Amino acid sequence: MNMIVIAILSVTTIAAILAAVLCIASRVMAVEVDERLQTIKDCLPGSNCGACGYPGCEGYAVALLSGDGIGANLCPPGGAVLVAQLSEILGVTAENVAQSIAVVRCMGDRDAQQTKMEYKGIETCKAAKQLFGGAGACAFGCMGYGDCQVVCPSDAVCMENGLARISPARCTGCTLCVKACPNQLITMESTSIATAVLCNTIEKGAIVRKKCSYGCIACGKCVRECPSNSIIMKHNLAQIDYETCTGCGRCVEVCITHCIQPLRPIQEPVAMESEATLV
Amino acid sequence: MEFRTLIIIMMSAALVNNFVLIQFLGICPFLGVSKQLKSATGMSIAVIFVMLLATAVTWPITIFLLQPNGIGFLQTIVFVLTIAALVQLVEITLKRFMPALYSVLGVYLPLMATNCAILAVVLLNINNEHSFVESLVNSLGAGLGFLLAMVIFSGIQEHLENADPPACMRGLPIALFSVAILSLAFFGFTGVVENLFG
Repeated sequence: MNMIVIAILSVTTIAAILAAVLCIASRVMAVEVDERLQTIKDCLPGSNCGACGYPGCEGYAVALLSGDGIGANLCPPGGAVLVAQLSEILGVTAENVAQSIAVVRCMGDRDAQQTKMEYKGIETCKAAKQLFGGAGACAFGCMGYGDCQVVCPSDAVCMENGLARISPARCTGCTLCVKACPNQLITMESTSIATAVLCNTIEKGAIVRKKCSYGCIACGKCVRECPSNSIIMKHNLAQIDYETCTGCGRCVEVCITHCIQPLRPIQEPVAMESEATLV
Repeated sequence: MEFRTLIIIMMSAALVNNFVLIQFLGICPFLGVSKQLKSATGMSIAVIFVMLLATAVTWPITIFLLQPNGIGFLQTIVFVLTIAALVQLVEITLKRFMPALYSVLGVYLPLMATNCAILAVVLLNINNEHSFVESLVNSLGAGLGFLLAMVIFSGIQEHLENADPPACMRGLPIALFSVAILSLAFFGFTGVVENLFG
């Protein structure tokens, strides 16, 4: 009986002492946390993509509260809604945020693009690029090992027949894929644009034609046909000036290699269906 | 108690009776946190620190409180209690004074409260009837052994990332096979230390 009492008493005493020490320690060494931090963290997307330039969403939240005048519009995935929320929490006026999405400037999938070798190395674009610029004949095109797919935090990239495709509905504009692509093939474009030249090559038309059936051969037809004169030919590649582009879609109709494509509702090649029926 | 005894205790705790590879203690953090060298070292240093602290606190409790009163059977429950409270205390202190280290260690610190290697080292100190200094040296050795195993294995893990094992072996299975072979290598230390200093 005596033993039980001693046992209970000593364990209780030790626990009480430890509890008291912990209690005092947590009071003495309490770290003041701004109560807005949790609110801001709840507003942020939480995917830790790093597009804002801070280490994760928490890093951005801390930076916002540090009072160094850091803009509330640095988070592309959050968009205008987030800017409004953050501005309200921080008590500043809402700034404009440019909503943009990533566009893959290539249509050369495994069927369209010729290959120059059989690549059996490490299956990442970065590794393939180092060996004579990848297996594809075109050194500017998509290599199709999906480095962009791996980094995408919102699951917007899918690989179709060796070509990266980005779903505009899912893309949050975090720019991680832009940094991941060793060919600098992915660019950020405003969500308001209607058409885009989905080719990146600067080689001459005849060479391009041998390598890829979707490549821009710099024929200049789009330049001549554009009603608003907003297409120019630079380095053997058509370029659309979005300042003057009206989004009429004339260039899409006239492009003979179908490398100019409408971006909305989805980046889908026009000629795909007709070719599929031929096979 | 001489210097040689301490060296032997330390070496045998670190190499001959390596906690992870010979006694199979603390396998959870060993497999979980060894993906990168940096986090593996961070975790190991935290383990060494907590092991030393836990020994320094639990040894007096046992010798001066539990054993004189004949309630030595309570040591496990008291040790668990003490280690959990100590880890909390370390966490609070780090958060206040070293926020950078706190954010690096992150989730590993609370994990330590339930790390069997730490409970094992304090229990073994009592069971082997070590003195206070011997206990501390034994804990340090055990911690260093953990660090050694973590560093070696994180190197292996980084190579496993680039290896191309059959599909059924990918991930944990191949990691466990590698640990088994590493563990065999550590069995080679058996009997070495005593003869080295004897």
